[in-house]
Amino acid sequence: MSSDETTVSGAEDRMAGVEPVPGVAKPDPILVANGVRRSFGGLKAVDVGHLEVQRGTITALIGPNGAGKSTLFNLLTGFDRVDEGRWSFEGAAINGRRGHQVARSGMVRTFQLTKALTRMSVLDNMLLGAQGQFGERMAGALWRPGWARQERANTERALELLERFRLVDKRDDMAGSLSGGQRKLLEMARSLMTEPSMIMLDEPMAGVNPALVQSLLSHITSLRDEGRTVLFVEHDMDVIMGISDWIVVLAQGRVIAEGRPSDIKSDKQVIDAYLGAQDDEAAESREGDDG
Amino acid sequence: MDILTILAESARTAVGPVAAIYALAAIGLNLHFGYTGLLNFGQVGFMLVGAYGVGISVGVFDLPVLVGFVVGLACAVVLALLLGIPTLRLRADYLAISTIATAEVLRLVYRAGFAEPLTNGVYGLQNLSSGFRSVNPFEAADRYGFGVFNFSGNHLWVMVVTWGLVGLFALLTWMLMHSPWGRVIKGIREDEDAVRSLGKNVFAYKMQVLVLGGMIGALAGAMMAVHQAAINPDQFKPQVTFFLWAILLLGGAGRVLGPVIGSVVFWFLMNFTDGLLRALGSEGYLPFLSGPDFGAIQLAFVGLLLVVLIVFRPQGLIGDRKEMLINVK
Repeated sequence: MSSDETTVSGAEDRMAGVEPVPGVAKPDPILVANGVRRSFGGLKAVDVGHLEVQRGTITALIGPNGAGKSTLFNLLTGFDRVDEGRWSFEGAAINGRRGHQVARSGMVRTFQLTKALTRMSVLDNMLLGAQGQFGERMAGALWRPGWARQERANTERALELLERFRLVDKRDDMAGSLSGGQRKLLEMARSLMTEPSMIMLDEPMAGVNPALVQSLLSHITSLRDEGRTVLFVEHDMDVIMGISDWIVVLAQGRVIAEGRPSDIKSDKQVIDAYLGAQDDEAAESREGDDG
Repeated sequence: MDILTILAESARTAVGPVAAIYALAAIGLNLHFGYTGLLNFGQVGFMLVGAYGVGISVGVFDLPVLVGFVVGLACAVVLALLLGIPTLRLRADYLAISTIATAEVLRLVYRAGFAEPLTNGVYGLQNLSSGFRSVNPFEAADRYGFGVFNFSGNHLWVMVVTWGLVGLFALLTWMLMHSPWGRVIKGIREDEDAVRSLGKNVFAYKMQVLVLGGMIGALAGAMMAVHQAAINPDQFKPQVTFFLWAILLLGGAGRVLGPVIGSVVFWFLMNFTDGLLRALGSEGYLPFLSGPDFGAIQLAFVGLLLVVLIVFRPQGLIGDRKEMLINVK
């Protein structure tokens, strides 16, 4: 797998000089979180002391089932309320903002269970992602000349993205007629319509046909290569080791380790966390690592 | 009574003022449920505040009928905000419960003793249509139309205005739904979290729709007041909302003309089944039933037809079957 090696070696360049310890400061963080806590009843789902995400990298968030990965995602993107904690994105505090406000500030997310808008066409799905549309205001909607030009420009951009994600032939199909993998691609393309600086992918490979995995991976690396930051949650260890520049390991809501893929592979604590959780997938991946 | 007379009479009702009023209220419900997915089970509450906006302004304060319409619409805005602010951030079922309860509470409040100075309680309000009829371009006592479709001048005036409003709001619905705004609305119906993740303020959109659909319902209520010239709180029972839902599902939810076609067909069926039962009864074919039973049997019969429709044509008369078949999950 020579392509994997090149990405890994590239990754080491991107994070050069950063110590692989939890909560370490990064040279150019796009997202900085401090003391983010959320509990459900007595259970502390998320308790992250300090976390930084380096700009222009692919950062993976891993951990055993129930480690709080998705909860942390929901908190950071405004889809859930924190108990306490502050975090800033591009230098501006965004804690307490609602989901749509976070998205407008340039941090867009996808969902573990793909949320394609099934009874709308693929193209309409894409156009929903465009920001600042005059025609999306109720009064503006009634005056077609006011938004027709913007709509044409957005459609053009949407078609370009669909071309890139190889969905352009499906543009007039209902999104509900797409396969699981195509829906993931559509969701990714749609989130790009918002022109985000950071993309949060919640299990982008879940339920995707193995044949599509490589294509999805190359799309994710291309996001980074055009200067965006990617933070993603994933279970598949091969995927994570292959494309991540940096890995953050969560267990029981805390960051127990972070580092380059090579650091994480050999981290004793990470192996213990996975084994301790009796997670089948984790055990498998550990076997893979040993072999 | 022969079958042709029953058919003719049913057809006449199907285009009459009541069908127009229900079509208008169902257009509001279509915006709520058909396009946005808001479960409003209290559309009759909006009709009630609309009707009493006219009723109280005209009947109690002797204000011009146009003022009554404005008051009714303003009440609908307030009602929509009161319903929406606490519930629209929550799951869809909270709105459903709140609306059905609020509509019923409104009816009980308007008929309560303490409200009598304004609403005249259970006796209702009378003489509400003189202002509306004073601008009637038709001769009130003359008959207009051709064949079975003939109406008095007063009814024709109500029909012209109400069907005009139906046309206007159907056009408005079409324009809104063929715009980027409508795209966001349909997106919310599919999955509001996805729409939120794309930077849209879902709460604000849902509120806009709730207010707009509620105002259309209030307008239907106001037309009801000027059509009947008298209103009574007990006309606004939950049954009206269920008729509106039946109309919407019959015609096709999420279609511009769904509520219009639904209302026409619904009122045709209601009258046809009623006429048929009465005719059979008077001929002695239904010896085990007496007069008052017909109403109940007729409703059951219409209900059965609707069940058959839902089973064999779940998308409604003009709905898109392809859209229905896509698994929403």
